[in-house]
Amino acid sequence: MSDEARLSVAHERDFGVYIHVPFCAVRCGYCDFNTYAPGESEFSSRSDYVAAALSEMAGARATMGTDSRPARTVFIGGGTPTMLDASALGALLNGVRDTWGLDADAEVTSEANPDSVTRESLGELASAGFTRVSFGMQSAVPHVLATLERTHNPDNVARAVQWAREAGLAVSLDLIYGTPGESLADWETSLDAAIALEPDHVSAYALVIESGTRMGSQLRRGEIEAVDLDTQADMYEAADAKLSAAGYGWYEVSNWAKTDDQRCRHNIAYWTSQDWWGIGPGAHSYLGPTQSADGSPIPARRWWNVKLPRAYASRLAAGEDAIAETEPLSADDLALEAVMLRLRLAEGMPVGDLPERRPERIAALVADGVLDGRAALAGRLVLTLRGRLLADAAVRALT
Amino acid sequence: MTDARIEPAATAPELIRNFCIIAHIDHGKSTLADRMLGITGVLEARLQKAQYLDRMDIERERGITIKSQAVRMPWEVEGKAHALNMIDTPGHVDFSYEVSRSLAACEGAILLVDAAQGIEAQTLANLYLAMENDLTIIPVLNKIDLPSADPDRYAAELAQLIGCEEDEVLRVSGKTGLGVEALLDRVVRDIPPPVGVADAPTRAMIFDSVYDTYRGVVTYVRVVDGSLKPREKIAMMSTLATHDLLEIGVISPEPKPTKGLGVGEVGYLITGVKDVRLSKVGDTVTQANNRAAESLGGYREPLPMVYSGLFPLDGSDFPVLRDALDKLQLNDASLVYEPESSVALGFGFRCGYLGLLHLEIVRDRLEREFGIELISTAPNVVYEVEMEDGKIVSVTNPSEFPAGKISEVREPVVEASILVPSEFIGTVMELCQERRGQMGTMNYLSETRVEMHYTLPLAEVVFDFFDQLKSRTRGYGSLDYEPAGDQTADLVKVDILLQGEAVDAFSAVVHRDAAYAYGVSMVTKLKDLIDRQQFEIPIQAAIGARIIARETIRAIRKDVLAKCYGGDISRKRKLLEKQKAGKKRMKNIGSVEVPPEAFIAALSTSDDGSDKGKKK
Repeated sequence: MSDEARLSVAHERDFGVYIHVPFCAVRCGYCDFNTYAPGESEFSSRSDYVAAALSEMAGARATMGTDSRPARTVFIGGGTPTMLDASALGALLNGVRDTWGLDADAEVTSEANPDSVTRESLGELASAGFTRVSFGMQSAVPHVLATLERTHNPDNVARAVQWAREAGLAVSLDLIYGTPGESLADWETSLDAAIALEPDHVSAYALVIESGTRMGSQLRRGEIEAVDLDTQADMYEAADAKLSAAGYGWYEVSNWAKTDDQRCRHNIAYWTSQDWWGIGPGAHSYLGPTQSADGSPIPARRWWNVKLPRAYASRLAAGEDAIAETEPLSADDLALEAVMLRLRLAEGMPVGDLPERRPERIAALVADGVLDGRAALAGRLVLTLRGRLLADAAVRALT
Repeated sequence: MTDARIEPAATAPELIRNFCIIAHIDHGKSTLADRMLGITGVLEARLQKAQYLDRMDIERERGITIKSQAVRMPWEVEGKAHALNMIDTPGHVDFSYEVSRSLAACEGAILLVDAAQGIEAQTLANLYLAMENDLTIIPVLNKIDLPSADPDRYAAELAQLIGCEEDEVLRVSGKTGLGVEALLDRVVRDIPPPVGVADAPTRAMIFDSVYDTYRGVVTYVRVVDGSLKPREKIAMMSTLATHDLLEIGVISPEPKPTKGLGVGEVGYLITGVKDVRLSKVGDTVTQANNRAAESLGGYREPLPMVYSGLFPLDGSDFPVLRDALDKLQLNDASLVYEPESSVALGFGFRCGYLGLLHLEIVRDRLEREFGIELISTAPNVVYEVEMEDGKIVSVTNPSEFPAGKISEVREPVVEASILVPSEFIGTVMELCQERRGQMGTMNYLSETRVEMHYTLPLAEVVFDFFDQLKSRTRGYGSLDYEPAGDQTADLVKVDILLQGEAVDAFSAVVHRDAAYAYGVSMVTKLKDLIDRQQFEIPIQAAIGARIIARETIRAIRKDVLAKCYGGDISRKRKLLEKQKAGKKRMKNIGSVEVPPEAFIAALSTSDDGSDKGKKK
């Protein structure tokens, strides 16, 4: 078995690295992410975090063996990555470089809280090799931010965006719509404010109130009222209208970019089933089908790490891996995931990639205005604006 | 049984006592029966399982006896051994025919009444039947150990009812055994021995017939004349069918084969037949080669009173349901069914039952013993529709109610007797009026208890009348009813339409005055039960072409998860798989997906919502 033959399997796919930083200054009421704030005992393991993450990288390199290849994208998320200082984030990026290598034109993103960055820290990130920063703006309306328990001052967003630009970083803004108490007008205010900052990229997510969160309890006790689905749909349509008018094109259900180059390549890798390794507590990883050194096939694997930072650090300190659970993925699972992910993209997917031929269902979805008819005739499944809001129904119908 | 004088087939009739226990569902009949088995030594204490005589789990759970059985017990009075046959009777109105046959097999009855609750309507009905059959009644108050027992009060009530002295009312506790020996003595002393002609052609009455997986049909008989012996050929007098008598015996408390059964004796027969319909309750058994000239009389074919559709939740279970019904029918001659196909629910069966309890038991057994998840449509009665051209249509399924010109519609009615404390007279009158009842007589059983007679449409009774009676009388009201012919009524069919398409399973025949309330309640319920879909769904109630109620389920506009990044993928895929599985269970009405739960909930009679509209 020559190296070239092996290269033809995994190496056809891009490789990306996700790094999860599980710390925040405060826990927001709606957040169900794996993150810890001061006062929670897990927060104390912050000091061990970078060493543990670097140690996981070393193990990852060994596991991937000859499938190992330079990262095309790196994304540091959380939590609040900027809870670590810029030098620590730089050290993590260097870890990726030393472990797998980094493509010359790699996209390197860090999420950031507008409050926890400075002109200097953003400059440092750029010098360390970061190319992009994604700010959690969420809203420009004070009462909405208050409900979300976001502490940042809306004015800080403009300042942070300005600093990032000065540092030469591409900027993305994350927005949340459908917060209890938020009106369509409130949402439009936030959209206008975001657009006025001229970011390269905007993500807009409907707020999902999870049952285990503080906001979930408030909802259960009737202290807040969820925004109904129809209003959420209105808000989504308003986002698409305003962003399109401002020159942003949707490329995934919840994501818009000024140009194709400014799309988030790291996230596109998730949606097109590339390989990625998730470093950090609770991080998920996925490696597509490949083969071992003797040529025998290795099926696709997904796994996730132990959630608690202290357990994560101690597992790695003991020379073990950090895996909590591995999920076996059947061909059917992968096929369903492919449709579920790719249908959300503006480029859609070829009709022929569906697990089964479904001409009647496709015709029905076209007739119902969920799928774009012209694209379907050209052999692609592409959601219409109405279809984007009904993407899950479309996936169920097509699989 | 060691005493040779009371060996089966060799017991003189004067040493035999045949009796039953008449009691309301939870008045402790089974506990008392178990206690008797213990005291007479038939059942060793260590083998006693609570309510030994109730065979089926379902009976144990509901605390009621569905199939009666007969147990033979020895009991000595003044040094003389007697054989007591205790015939267990069902207590529910649905099984009144079986009750009447059990009573016909006895010379006496223990009237068992809870000393804390007093007599109930069904017990009263069965007591009348027993007295009609000239049975000797032994009045007994049970559960006298309960702190809430009020034996003096109820002894007076019983004494007045059967015309005896208050001190003749025995007081027992089946639970502790108190007074049970004295009761057994009374059975021997008061109940007359059976009388029959030993050398006449054999006549034995079938009072129960049970299917057993291993033995086939087990038939319970009471010999009136002559005798039955093993290996004889017997004949059923209603059909003249002959069978070989493979085994004959008594239950004590397990089946024990005997050399036969003589005059007045009670026992079981096994002939190898597999279907209870070949060995029918009420029929007379005779010898094939020495037939009796006349049957004992009293036999009648079971007549279904209530119909409902049964559909498997999962359409592919249809063959399983068919086999299950075939098997149930081996054990239940009263159950009738024929295949039915519903646009909404697919293939199933329209089943006829003796009443609502019978319906529930059949459905429970299908779900429990055969593991089939079922949707049952709302119960309905049989309507006779006379068309203007004189044609008469019998409607057992509301969706088949004819559309043409109708001259009149007839519905079955029942004579109901309702027993309540007198403070609830007004409440009962109100309820019966809402249900189109005609008041008859009213009798005071005592100063505080009243028996009210009403003629009611059966359709109103099978709906949720009993539940309503119970809840409005705080549990004190009790009900008994019997068929009393039919009446004409202003009945209409209400259809429920989803997106303009009638859903056959939801069609109902109701009185014109109640049609609007029914329509509103159904469309309101369905609006909440059906999920929003990608298009608007009008839900309408209609009489013919006239829409009487309407609701709309608005189209869903958003059905997409906000985020789908690396860590979300597994969760999202599993969610989609779950949703897809849920979608498969959906019943499709046109393009509308209706969850099976919607059928169950919309058709359930226990929802008060449907009644509120009817209240004046």
